[in-house]
Amino acid sequence: MMRDTVILRVVVKLLLPAILIFALYVQFHGDYGPGGGFQAGVAAAAAIILYGMVFGIDEAKKVVPRRIVNTMIPLGVLIFAGTGVASLLLGENYLDYSPLGSKPVKGQHLGILIVEAGVFITVASTMLAIFYVFGGRADEADEKGGEG
Amino acid sequence: MTEILADLNYWVTIFLMIGGLYIITAHGNMIKKLVGLGIFQTSVYLLFLSPGKVLGGTAPIIAPGFELYSNPLPHVLILTAIVVGVATIALGLALVVRIHEAYGTIEDDEVQEMEAD
Amino acid sequence: MNTVLLLFMVVVVIGIIRAHNLFSVVILGGAYSFLLATVMVVLDAVDVAMTEAAVGAGMSTVLLLAVLHLTRTREAPLRHAPAIPLLVCLLTGSALVYATVDLPPFGLADNPQNQHVAPYYLDNAEKETKSPNVVTAVLASYRGFDTLGEVTVIFTAGIGVLILLSRRRRREMIVVDEGRSKHDA
Repeated sequence: MMRDTVILRVVVKLLLPAILIFALYVQFHGDYGPGGGFQAGVAAAAAIILYGMVFGIDEAKKVVPRRIVNTMIPLGVLIFAGTGVASLLLGENYLDYSPLGSKPVKGQHLGILIVEAGVFITVASTMLAIFYVFGGRADEADEKGGEG
Repeated sequence: MTEILADLNYWVTIFLMIGGLYIITAHGNMIKKLVGLGIFQTSVYLLFLSPGKVLGGTAPIIAPGFELYSNPLPHVLILTAIVVGVATIALGLALVVRIHEAYGTIEDDEVQEMEAD
Repeated sequence: MNTVLLLFMVVVVIGIIRAHNLFSVVILGGAYSFLLATVMVVLDAVDVAMTEAAVGAGMSTVLLLAVLHLTRTREAPLRHAPAIPLLVCLLTGSALVYATVDLPPFGLADNPQNQHVAPYYLDNAEKETKSPNVVTAVLASYRGFDTLGEVTVIFTAGIGVLILLSRRRRREMIVVDEGRSKHDA
């Protein structure tokens, strides 16, 4: 891809931590301002995708390996569904977070945080996995001299 | 005049909807079809969000000093729909890539001709 | 402000319909998503606007460009005049325009859709979940089932893409592939 462009490489390296911090801010500030798991997941995936586009997908795979991405996709769904099972076991309806804390309000707040984390994990890893397979195909096509 | 401007949201929504429908039905290129599908999808976002807007209201984040808020329910429904939309479009694009590998083309009538041969 | 943005969107869509270079179609699609995100801010949907800007303009543009790289960038000209699709679209469009006559007026707080369950959320979300952003509270707590379903759909779509594309290309497939493209040319 664009491995020879010095300015891009430097700017991307500077931007990368900023984007990741912004993703975390969007994630954990989602209760108070605009944001939440969906947005933060896409933003975090976008940071890695930017890195992969400039430095090559193999470099991005060193930062976040395929194995981790593939485990994270179901992990997020399991966290979400598991929260529901936990509230079932604590004697409430499925996905009613009230019994998770000492007071119902605290339980609800905690439940929202956990569920948003599950959403974040699944969304970010799914976007990254999709980018990896599409980009991997493109690299393969380049190696075989496919049409550009 | 203001009434016409207020209804403009709905009319543009309808235009986007039939624009997307036209691309899907008239064009044979699969990537363009998927872009058309995306336009149709986004018109549905507008269809949901426009009625939820309250004139003079503000975004549904509770803060002291504000009384009137827009309807939060369509926002929730559309927020999840957008991310699901990109995931399904990615699935469609994956199918297009496989079709291109198998047939060497992404025009649907050419694929049909090859199937007929 | 709203009017200008909406008219811009109409222009961009006409551009997408008319463009035959798929590259410009994809770039116009990105511009379209940004305009839509701005319209969403005007409609007070800040959370949604954020998602649309990240997903529509960022993620899907990248994916479409990757697919263009893998396939081809020009669209074949239409083989026959699009009379039937045009007719279908015009009929659908006029039916929809007719239906807007019965819609409640734009943007009033006492419209039926704003009186159903939304006031409950606005009044109680902060009390019951300590989350001033009502959208987050409804998304994760009141309508948790809904969101669980959506996350499952994303999971399923991701698995589908992985199944379709992670296998390496088989040798014989490439031979068939090349034979066919030569035949085409």
